[in-house]
Amino acid sequence: MQHNTLVYIAVMSAVTLSVKILPLTLIRRPIKSRFVRSFLYYVPYVTLAVMTFPAIVQATDLPLAGAIALIVGIVAAWFGASLFQVAATCCVLVLIIEFLML
Amino acid sequence: MSQVFASGNGILARHGKAIKEGMRDGVPIGAGYFVVAFSLGIAARSAGLTPWEGFVASLLNNASAGEYAAFTLMAANASYLELAVVTLIANARYLLMSTALSQRFSPKTGTLHRVLVGFDVTDELFGIAIARPGMVDPFYSYGAFVPALSGWSVGTALGIAMGNVLPARAVSALSVALYGMFLAIIIPPARQNRIVLGCVVVSFAASLLFTVVPALAGLSAGTRTIVLTVAISSAAALLFPVSDEELQHDEEDADAA
Repeated sequence: MQHNTLVYIAVMSAVTLSVKILPLTLIRRPIKSRFVRSFLYYVPYVTLAVMTFPAIVQATDLPLAGAIALIVGIVAAWFGASLFQVAATCCVLVLIIEFLML
Repeated sequence: MSQVFASGNGILARHGKAIKEGMRDGVPIGAGYFVVAFSLGIAARSAGLTPWEGFVASLLNNASAGEYAAFTLMAANASYLELAVVTLIANARYLLMSTALSQRFSPKTGTLHRVLVGFDVTDELFGIAIARPGMVDPFYSYGAFVPALSGWSVGTALGIAMGNVLPARAVSALSVALYGMFLAIIIPPARQNRIVLGCVVVSFAASLLFTVVPALAGLSAGTRTIVLTVAISSAAALLFPVSDEELQHDEEDADAA
């Protein structure tokens, strides 16, 4: 059976949007459970950390460039650089390192 | 531009500052999205999508791993049910993020704002919304959505239309922009809270382990993210439950700001 591209897009969009929108619209009250509250407090940090490493080292053509961007990015964020500054610093570092070494 | 935001009694006068801040923070996200979406477009092209179809799919989904998996299945002529299940698994972490966001919305915030903010929950847009102190301001998120959704949808369409025309050096350099943003979101709180710092270090180590150990490396990136998020956040919540004072403290900081 051949499938229709527009139906494919409708199915994937319906699933994605339900996952994103339903909790936000259905959960109207503060969650009482201390465990759940603590769990949700830690979720963003853990998720973003898991997605950052080692992916950043695998994303660049030269793993060393990604590793240096990771370390310098951590130091810059630690000392209060903004979102844009940290992102731009990482990009420029990779550009320079790969330009010199590849 | 600033005059438009400063004058009048409309939405811009009341919410212009939040919209502007959102747009500012959304620009690096949109730039990073553009590059990722461009390579996503190449996968969509193999699945037979036209640039318009890719544009619409990315506008409605804005989910890199989920869309990539879906396009791969389309190329393989998979069933609609298969597509639905795989999309659900690849995007399951957004259930957690949307639930976390629900706890940072004022109970007074109406359904329309909740639907609209939920519409574009992504790792990055969730990250910057939750990083702001106090209750989530929907207008800050709307501001960030403009560059983010533009970069994502247009990038996908251009990827389908033009294939890979960016020089390899530029693609490689821009590919770390997203991770730089993640660092800017997680490191400052980790500096202030030792438990958060511990969570970040453990997450890095566990994620590395799941990438290099052959038995675990077969998991997709989306599955790995949700398994580790649930495991590590649960352990942290059991061992170091957050006190109500700490959560309230966050909210007081917001009121003072």
